[in-house]
Amino acid sequence: MPDSPVIPAKAGIQLPWRRRDDKLASRFDAKGGVWGAILGLLLLLCVALPAHAQTFPPLSGRVVDAANLFTAEERVRFDAKLAAVEASTGRQFVIATIPDLQGYPLEDYGYRLGRAWGIGATDKDNGVIMFVAPNNPAGQRGPRIEVGYGLEPILTDAFTSTVAMQVMTPMLRAGDKVGAFERGIDLIAEQIALTPEEAAKRTAELAAAAKKDDGKVNGGAFIFWIVVFFVVILPMVGALTGRGRRGRRHSSGLGEALLWTAVNVASSAMSDNDSDGWGGGGGGGWGGGGGGGGGGFSGGGGSFGGGGASGGW
Amino acid sequence: MTLNRRLAFIAPLAAVSLAGCGINTIPTAEENAKAKWADVQAAYQRRANLIPNLTATVKGAAASERGILTEVTNARARAGSVQLSAADLTDPAKVQQFANAQAGLSSALVQLRPLQEAYPDLKSQGNFSTLMAQLEGTENRINITIKDYNEAVQAYNTRIRTFPDAIGAKIFYGSKPMATYAATTPGAENAPTVDFK
Repeated sequence: MPDSPVIPAKAGIQLPWRRRDDKLASRFDAKGGVWGAILGLLLLLCVALPAHAQTFPPLSGRVVDAANLFTAEERVRFDAKLAAVEASTGRQFVIATIPDLQGYPLEDYGYRLGRAWGIGATDKDNGVIMFVAPNNPAGQRGPRIEVGYGLEPILTDAFTSTVAMQVMTPMLRAGDKVGAFERGIDLIAEQIALTPEEAAKRTAELAAAAKKDDGKVNGGAFIFWIVVFFVVILPMVGALTGRGRRGRRHSSGLGEALLWTAVNVASSAMSDNDSDGWGGGGGGGWGGGGGGGGGGFSGGGGSFGGGGASGGW
Repeated sequence: MTLNRRLAFIAPLAAVSLAGCGINTIPTAEENAKAKWADVQAAYQRRANLIPNLTATVKGAAASERGILTEVTNARARAGSVQLSAADLTDPAKVQQFANAQAGLSSALVQLRPLQEAYPDLKSQGNFSTLMAQLEGTENRINITIKDYNEAVQAYNTRIRTFPDAIGAKIFYGSKPMATYAATTPGAENAPTVDFK
């Protein structure tokens, strides 16, 4: 349903006190009546709310796929990731696809959307929204990563722009929407769990890795030295110490086992590297998903002030 | 009905009516607008703090663009020299002066963007594109703080000029309307777009 229902603007006038004032006034003399009348008038005039014209898709969950970009299965998978972030860090992370920005630029729409949904806790403003506008002209579809006030030191402009521009945009341009979101969610999820100092370090690493594949070179050197250690140094040590105590056969069996371990370590490090792009590995973090009760998700009232960055899909 | 009893009834009524005249709400609205102004200043300060890094990066890779660099540096100095305290917010001329100085810096900074295309050295430096992303984000924050400030000012001005708060504003506070903030250079109120390609 591309034309999904919208959150209506707040409106309406309530005058719970007025009636009581009138009653009060009628019990008193003329003076009291005047006071009551004035009071009623004051209260009548004091309540007036401006109506807002802009509308947003309803916050139906952590994945608001209003533009129908994903399958139900993908939505569930994304939702589980986002729920895990909130469970482990207490920070709210929401993704959205917006069919119509109503003429607003991405960054202008983003912070209003964040405020309307109130992603993040009220007192911490620690929410983040990643969204695309797939129906916009090419180059203006995002992705936009909108960062709440409280997360700005961690999800810095530099970091979010690297994620949006250098990681997600090329994938989106190549047509891999699901992959781009998956990658973007993972990167932000890993970053969001860090302290500001760690975050600054990782931002520099990511920017460097996005420029060149430096990480791979380092990883290669690391693997090389591991292999050298197991293949050359250990057998040497084994040859020196083992021969005296035990038979030659035994020690070579040990050497073989060690060699296999080395190969395993090397290949797993290699594949880690390929999927990750920057060295280090580590990763992990997504313990068992945690069953995530789907229903009843709502924003915590966090606010947004323009942190984040946009891509150029 | 004795006088005392009458007073006992009138006192709460008076309190309520005073509250209705904005005895509390006017200062609240004023402080809110002032706080929003502090946000505007903080966003501008953030931009000013970015500039030395930016110019240093450009100087390394595109030294021949001395004209642009000098212009940016001067515009930053000019913008920094015009300060506006919260007490001056009721003076539209002073607010305008501040806005003009900042708009001058905005238009000087716009010239930095095409440099990325012109100088391959600059393009290859991750540092420059990172700094430009930060600049873009900061311009975005400036726009948002300005909008928030203007909304707060509008709420305050409306409050002190409409009945019943206008009574309290006149009698107790002598409130003056605050000036909304208008970015003067055409297009300066829009966050500039940076092409990273």
